[in-house]
Amino acid sequence: MKKNDLILYAAILIFGFAAPFIFSAFKVQLSILCILIVLSMTWNIQGGEMGYNSFGNIIFYGLGMYLCASVQVGMFFPLAEWTESGGEKTFVHTTSQFFEGIGFGLIVSAIVPMLVAGLIGYAILGLRGHYFAICTLGLGIAAGEIAGGIEIIGAGQGFTTPPFPKDIVDPEARGEFFYFLSFILLIATFAFIRWIYPSRFRLVLNAIRDNEDKAEAMGIQTMKYKIVGWMVSAFFCGLAGGIMGGLVGYIDATDVAFDGREMGVFMVLMAILGGKGTLWGPVIGATLFHLFKEGFWTLFLGWQYVALGVLIVVIVIYFPEGLMGWLREKYPERFGAVIDEKDRKASVELK
Amino acid sequence: MSILEVKSVSKSFGGVNANVDVSLKVEQGSIVGLIGPNGSGKTTLFNSIVGTHPIDKGSIIFDNKEVSELPVPVVAKLGLLRTFQQTRIYGKLNCVENMLISHKGSDEGITKIFSKIPAELTEKAEKLLNFVGLYQKRKLRAGDLSFGQQKLLELAMALMNEPKMLLLDEPTAGINPTLINGIIDRLIKVNKDYGITLLVIEHNMKVIMSLAQRIFCLAHGKLLAEGSPSEIKNDKRVVDAYLGAQ
Repeated sequence: MKKNDLILYAAILIFGFAAPFIFSAFKVQLSILCILIVLSMTWNIQGGEMGYNSFGNIIFYGLGMYLCASVQVGMFFPLAEWTESGGEKTFVHTTSQFFEGIGFGLIVSAIVPMLVAGLIGYAILGLRGHYFAICTLGLGIAAGEIAGGIEIIGAGQGFTTPPFPKDIVDPEARGEFFYFLSFILLIATFAFIRWIYPSRFRLVLNAIRDNEDKAEAMGIQTMKYKIVGWMVSAFFCGLAGGIMGGLVGYIDATDVAFDGREMGVFMVLMAILGGKGTLWGPVIGATLFHLFKEGFWTLFLGWQYVALGVLIVVIVIYFPEGLMGWLREKYPERFGAVIDEKDRKASVELK
Repeated sequence: MSILEVKSVSKSFGGVNANVDVSLKVEQGSIVGLIGPNGSGKTTLFNSIVGTHPIDKGSIIFDNKEVSELPVPVVAKLGLLRTFQQTRIYGKLNCVENMLISHKGSDEGITKIFSKIPAELTEKAEKLLNFVGLYQKRKLRAGDLSFGQQKLLELAMALMNEPKMLLLDEPTAGINPTLINGIIDRLIKVNKDYGITLLVIEHNMKVIMSLAQRIFCLAHGKLLAEGSPSEIKNDKRVVDAYLGAQ
C-alpha cells in the first residue's frame, strides 16, 4: 500500500469515527449514507466488474432486514403475537435481549441471503444480458409480494422492529449505535472488496464482462465465479438490510424491504454516477447521490422525483462512464494508465 | 499416435446439415490444415470438437478421452484450446491483463478463489507478448488494438494457457501481408519448440501449403479429400469445390 493511500484511509477512518459527534444532528443521514455506499459497492461487483445488471440485489437486502428483525424478536417472544397489531407494545426487550438479539439477527441476515444467492445464482446466472436483468427484476418484485403475504412477519401491515431499550436514557445513544454499526459494516465491505481487487477473482469477473464466451473457451468455469461473486454481494447486502431495518424501526414488504422501485434502482444509479467497475466510483457515487437526493427532497419538495429524473438524464448523457470514468479519460496519468505515444503508434513487426 | 480423433461426426441445424459423417485424425505434434469453401462446415466442426454445441452423432476423442459430451471449459482444461475467426479478447483490459487471465488458474478450492496473481506470471506474459511482436503495446487496452493485432494477442493468450493442442480459426485473416510470413514462422516455432499440435482453418492457400503437413478439405459438410499439401493442390475435386466444376 502506498503512503498516500495510508494517509487517505487514516483520514477517512478518523472522520468516520468523529462524524457523529461533530455532525450530531445528521447521525441518521450519515448511517444511511454508509448503507447506501455498501449497497452501491456490492451492486458494482455484478453490474460493474462482471457486467451483469442485477435488479435483484434488493432481494438480499430485504431478506436480511426481515431475518434480522425476526430473529431479534423470535429469540425471546412469540413472533406471531409480536406482529399482530399492538404486539410490540405487549413485549419489551431488556437491554441485553435487544443487543443479543440484533447480534444474532445480523449473523443470520448475512449467512442466509448468501446461501439464497448461491441457490438463485445457480438457477439463473446462466442467463445473460437483458434476460438476466429482467429475470432479477421479476424476482425482486415477487419477493416483495410474497413477503407481503406472510402473516407471521406482519404481511401487508408491516413489522415494527424492536424499539431501542428504554433503560438507556442517553438520547444520543440510539443514533450512535446504529451509526457505528453501519460504519463498521462499511469498513468491512470496503476492506473486503479492496482485498479482492488485485486478485485473479476480479480479473475473471472482468473477463466475463468483456467476453464470457472467450473466458469459457480459455477454460474458466465462469459459472462458479459468477455465483461466488453474487454470494459476496448478498452477504453484505443482507447485513445492510438488517441494520437498516433496526434504524428505520419499521419494515414494510414493498416500501422498505423489497423496495426495488427506489432502493433497487438507487444502487444501480449510485454505481453508475460514480463510475462502475472502479473501486472508488461507487463510494463517490453514493455520497454524491445521497447529497443530491436529500437536497432535492428539501428544496424541491413535490418535484423531487422530477429533479431526480433530470439528474439521471444528465448522468447518462454527460457521464456515461461515471465520474471516475470521466476523470480517467481526462487525467490518465493519475490512474497509472499512461501510454507512451511512441508505443501507441509503434508498428508491429515479426522478424 | 493420434491426439485428436473425430469419428463420423454429424451436426445439423434444422434442415441444414453442417457436418455429415466427418472423420479425421490428427497426429500428436503435427500441423494439420482444414480447408474448404465458405459454409462448408469448418467452424461448425471446431465448435463440435470443443463442445460449444452437442453433436448429433459420432464421437470425438482427445488425448484418449471422449470429449463430445463435455462442456467448453472442461475441454479447454484438458488442453484443447481454440481461437476465434472474429477475434475475441477482453476489450477493456490491457494486453498484459488479457494474458494473465489466460493462464491456467489454480481455482480448484474455494480458498484459492481469491488468490493473488503471482508476480512471475507478468514476466511470462511479457515474454509471450514479445514473441508475437506486441511488447510495445502491452499497456494498451486490448479493445484499442487493430483487428490484426488482436489476432496476434489471441494467439499469445492461447500460448499462455499452455495447451496440448490448438485449433486456429483463420489465424492470418485480416492481417497485414507483411506480417503473414512472420506468423507462419511463429506457428512453426510454437509447434516445434512448445510441442503444441495445431489444427488450422485457413483460406490463404500459400499459408496453409507452407504450414501444414497434412490437409483435410471439407465441402457441403462432408469430407471431400485428405492428403499432403501437394496431393490436395492437384486434387481435381478440391479445385472444383473452390472454383466450381465445369
